[in-house]
Amino acid sequence: MEQKIIIDMKDIVKRYYIGKPNELEVLHGVSLKVYEGEFVAIVGPSGSGKSTLMNVIGALDLPTSGQYYLDGLDMFDAREDDLSAIRNRKIGFVFQTYNLIARTTALKNVELPMLYAGMGRRERSERAKELLRLVEMDDRMSHKPDELSGGQKQRVAIARAMANDPAIILADEPTGALDSGTGRLIMDIFHRLNKEQGKTIVLITHSPELAEETQRIMTLHDGLIISERKGGGRVAAG
Amino acid sequence: MLLGENISMALAAIRANKMRSFLTMLGIIIGIGSVIAIQTVGNSVTTSFASTMTNMGASNISVGVTQRETEKVKGDESGLEFEGYRIIRTPEESDFIKDNMIADFLNNFSDEIEYIILSESLGTGKITEIKNSATVAVTGGDEGYFKGQNLTLLAGREIGDKAIKGGKAVCLISDYAVRKLYNTEDYDKAIGKVVEVVIGQKFYDFTVVGVYKLDDSGMLFGANADRQTDLYTTLGCVKKHTHSDGYPSFTVVKSPDAQIDTNELRSMIQIFFDRYYHTNRNFEVTTSSFESMLEELTKMMGTISTAISIIAGIALLVGGIGVMNIMLVSISERTREIGIRKALGATNSSIRLQFIIEAMVLCIIGGIIGIIIGVTGGSIAANAMDAEAHASIASIVESVGFSMAIGLFFGYYPANKAAKMNPIDALTYE
Ligand SMILES: Nc1ncnc2c1ncn2[C@@H]1O[C@H](COP(=O)(O)OP(=O)(O)OP(=O)(O)O)[C@@H](O)[C@H]1O
Ligand SMILES: [Mg+2]
Repeated sequence: MEQKIIIDMKDIVKRYYIGKPNELEVLHGVSLKVYEGEFVAIVGPSGSGKSTLMNVIGALDLPTSGQYYLDGLDMFDAREDDLSAIRNRKIGFVFQTYNLIARTTALKNVELPMLYAGMGRRERSERAKELLRLVEMDDRMSHKPDELSGGQKQRVAIARAMANDPAIILADEPTGALDSGTGRLIMDIFHRLNKEQGKTIVLITHSPELAEETQRIMTLHDGLIISERKGGGRVAAG
Repeated sequence: MLLGENISMALAAIRANKMRSFLTMLGIIIGIGSVIAIQTVGNSVTTSFASTMTNMGASNISVGVTQRETEKVKGDESGLEFEGYRIIRTPEESDFIKDNMIADFLNNFSDEIEYIILSESLGTGKITEIKNSATVAVTGGDEGYFKGQNLTLLAGREIGDKAIKGGKAVCLISDYAVRKLYNTEDYDKAIGKVVEVVIGQKFYDFTVVGVYKLDDSGMLFGANADRQTDLYTTLGCVKKHTHSDGYPSFTVVKSPDAQIDTNELRSMIQIFFDRYYHTNRNFEVTTSSFESMLEELTKMMGTISTAISIIAGIALLVGGIGVMNIMLVSISERTREIGIRKALGATNSSIRLQFIIEAMVLCIIGGIIGIIIGVTGGSIAANAMDAEAHASIASIVESVGFSMAIGLFFGYYPANKAAKMNPIDALTYE
């Protein structure tokens, strides 16, 4: 069966400080394809450019050259507002540092992407509650981020990433700041979203075991993908 | 994005930094507060002046002899000429408005005028009755004069038209004077008495026909203080003593049926008397109506409020710059938040709108506090000036609008700076 390519990158180069004496090329021409519904992992040593690649995939940052189609859209053609709309509707971000807005409640944080999507107040709050229930955080929805533990914050962040039912979830070391037990819990949520809702997930991780659980593992080294292999897939959890 | 969401986000941000927000608002509070205060005072003073005037007859016109601003003929046969100074003169008998002019005037304006008020003072003197004495100011009035006095009689009767016409030496004295002179509160006892007033070296006799109630509202002295009260007699009687056939001033009461507005009538009267006075080199007749006085008062208040508004404008400018500064600080503190919002799909314009609304909400709150302070302060000041406080609704509405405009103007630059942040730079900002 022919699967749809959702992330299609060719020869992506990312340079910083262009034209300055300290010009730095972080990605040296990365090509990668991710299919719809896939759960892939990107691994590699620190400083190899994983986060940079992730930000380019998520339209948070623009590549210097190359070709990039996201769900069929040419990202080099997109204007700023198009990129905002792509981040809003097609992508859900999960960061190592959670990146919740401190002053507002868990519920409001989850509502935020829907607010920017122009969804009505009632519908927004209904869906946010439903998503918080999905990550088992519905009893803490009126708490502010600093009243939550790391694992709880990350669950709220995942709920928020799911707000506009995006095609892709991009997770940059989502378990990096958590203990292994809590990390396990977060990974279980990702597996569930991948299986039950068919979400495409790109996971950056330093943990070989967690990477091994995914369907495909790409290794980034010094700005290039040097190897790619199939993962073991989900090991039945106790 | 919805306006309501932006406003509640703005309020949350302001609440998160209460002290800083308050200090930022201070310039706006002072600026708006002082404008509203002065406008409340101005509005109150003109409103109560206008209502006083309506009670006193807004359509009355006063006509009086005043010294010319510039003397008509250079060089004075008296030789009294000082370079650069205008000699202050008092009008002499020959400068007064003469009986014949008034008669001519009444003939000419019979349709427009209901009556005129004429009075003349004889001076202030003492009445002595055995061991008691009372000080009185003697004024003679015509029919019109007594109509305007609204005296409340406690005993006797008013001075009748016949007595006025005949220039009889009858008078009305105050209850206070009766108590002083005769040690009695039975005012009827004073009726028919002849009082002798000593003014200078001269003696004047008047027969008391009525006792009026003194308006006690202006009472400032103790009961024992010798208070000067008015003694009213007929104009003709005073004229007989002063041997004068002219008046320094009089008041015209416009007829309610007159088909002409007060100001028009006033300028017609002015022209009428100019004919008599164009040959008088030192004096002229000036006319004023309460309406023209109101106009002048309004003009004066306008000048004062323009001056205050300039100062307030400077306060608002400084306040606005303060708002801009604090918005820049706030945006750099919240860079990460801006990055998060962008990562979640906020467009540049929604970020811009968020911060503009935050600046505007800040300014509007400042403006409202300023309005409250201004109305309160202005009302206190107006009350101190014996005017009933009337806040100007128009200036309150304008102030709210103006605060919004300041927020928009000074919030735009910081908001635009926030909107144009690169998402990833903002998100990874330390
Ligand atoms: N905004 C930037 N400006 C300049 N250089 C940058 C910028 N962001 C990243 N880099 C550089 O790009 C390289 C790759 O960084 P990146 O964050 O992508 O690494 P990483 O693989 O995610 O590392 P880690 O595992 O430690 O998170 C680093 O050498 C870093 O210094
Ligand atoms: Mg990284």
